[in-house]
Amino acid sequence: MEEILHKSIRQIRALLKKGELSSVELARFYLERIAAHDSRINAYLSVTEDLALRMAADADRRIKEGTDGVLTGIPFGMKDILCTRGVQTTCASQILRGFVAPYDATVIRRLNESGYVHLGRINMDEFAMGSSTENSSFQITKNPWDLSRIPGGSSGGSTAATAAGLCAAALGTDTGGSIRQPSALCGCVGMKPTYGRVSRYGLVAFASSLDQIGPITRSVEDCAVVLGVIAGHDPMDSTSIPEAVPDYAADLLKEAKGLVIGVPKEYFIEGVDREVKEAVEASLKVFERLGAAVVPVSLPHTEFAVSVYYIICTAEASSNLARYDGVKYGMRKEGKDIIEMYKLTRSQGFGKEVKRRIILGTYVLSSGYYEAYYRKAGQVRTLMRGDFDAAFRQCDLMVTPVSPTSAFKIGEKTDDPLTMYLSDIFTIPVNLAGLPALSLPCGFDGQGLPIGLQIIGKPLGEAKILQAASLFEAEMGLPKIPPAFL
Amino acid sequence: MKIDRAVVEHVAHLARLQLDAEEIDLYTQQIDRILAYMDKLNSLDTTGIEPTTHAVPLGNVFRQDTIDHNLQVEEAVKNAPERKGTFFKVPPIIEVE
Repeated sequence: MEEILHKSIRQIRALLKKGELSSVELARFYLERIAAHDSRINAYLSVTEDLALRMAADADRRIKEGTDGVLTGIPFGMKDILCTRGVQTTCASQILRGFVAPYDATVIRRLNESGYVHLGRINMDEFAMGSSTENSSFQITKNPWDLSRIPGGSSGGSTAATAAGLCAAALGTDTGGSIRQPSALCGCVGMKPTYGRVSRYGLVAFASSLDQIGPITRSVEDCAVVLGVIAGHDPMDSTSIPEAVPDYAADLLKEAKGLVIGVPKEYFIEGVDREVKEAVEASLKVFERLGAAVVPVSLPHTEFAVSVYYIICTAEASSNLARYDGVKYGMRKEGKDIIEMYKLTRSQGFGKEVKRRIILGTYVLSSGYYEAYYRKAGQVRTLMRGDFDAAFRQCDLMVTPVSPTSAFKIGEKTDDPLTMYLSDIFTIPVNLAGLPALSLPCGFDGQGLPIGLQIIGKPLGEAKILQAASLFEAEMGLPKIPPAFL
Repeated sequence: MKIDRAVVEHVAHLARLQLDAEEIDLYTQQIDRILAYMDKLNSLDTTGIEPTTHAVPLGNVFRQDTIDHNLQVEEAVKNAPERKGTFFKVPPIIEVE
């Protein structure tokens, strides 16, 4: 049965359709793996075993009837920020403990229609604020490649579970790198689609102008298959793009001749680990061998990205998180009047990083500082978008590192928020410009830790990214699951 | 110093957060450092540049004004920490003499 871990979603689906494997057997296989291995990495907040087996039985019925879809019977881990009807949805925060979502996020509805199986809720940084999953108020998730290290964040639970073979695929969310950075650090494939490509309805909001939902998988092909299911216009999200969804898997492995890859020189700066730099440079050689041309490009405002991002995302977060007031859902701490009730509830319900961002965000929006911070950040964001527009006139895709280093030690950066923020430098600009980007493994460092490669595309250019990534992946043939979990 | 303890206390009040002395010290020092780092934005001349609020330019989106199957009241209030019937229950907001 272990060979299932090395099969793609389409290969597993073929087995299910032929009756060589049942969805219930597949669900049990993953549930047993979670029971046996998750205590080593703490990726799952809760396992929805009854729901999983019910959904799997339903999947088997659909297969028998011939009404199945591309994900029927495929077991998923779900980042605990996506509202799932009848299931506790906490965002790894005390303030939402006990909240049972009364409706499905659009991505959940689409997965349901396709027949997926929900294995359980997956750990994350509280409200997706963090780069290491250490900000979860429930548990610390560990990197399956080295249990003394963080898996990245904020979707670190999703990438740890996927890498360790504790789900076939997972969904994550990405506001400033929260799918791509943990995918790089855990050796997964993770994609942040174009802003508006996937509906945000039912995604608990962190920074609404930056948030996107995307797949986390063990192969580029699986990423294409899952994206094809969750993408598409949704009237419930007014920022959703009304464009048809292409067949993302159609161009996989088609040759790369004529492809022009831009390499932004600002992404190869001091502070990037030597082994990361070498792995990315070696990857560019691979692309050249595959027939692509590699050209230097420039994104001159890159050095301002972290400042712009932490003004905009904290401002939006301070507004979005005002809804947690102890009235409508979640936790409440009684006070002598309503103001005290608000204050006690929010102070005890939110963790350190969330409070830090609410205070910073409230400050940059407050009267007297709005112009100097929030408005200024929006203007520099315009300049950064212009950088990408200009660079993409010279190339089809850009290739960069994902994270300046491989996975760091648990506790190494928790006392220094600015240093933690700076580790997002290569992923943040993509969110600010609303572009699609994918992270995929490109090698291992001397300590055996995965290194990720970022491929950035033009708006709605997901298919081209996946095409290039699939060629690269086939050429490299890197292991996806750490030996300790096989 | 870009900010001091008094500013952090004031902003925390605006955000309806109650911080203890230790948290105020910590946040003052950390946010001061973050704001100092953000100062580099001032080295850019952005005169006349329109700020971006959304990366994908979309106009306002309207829907038809028709009845849809939305969340039922009972479903909408069932997560409330305290409720009375189909109402959310909160502490007194206006003092009664």
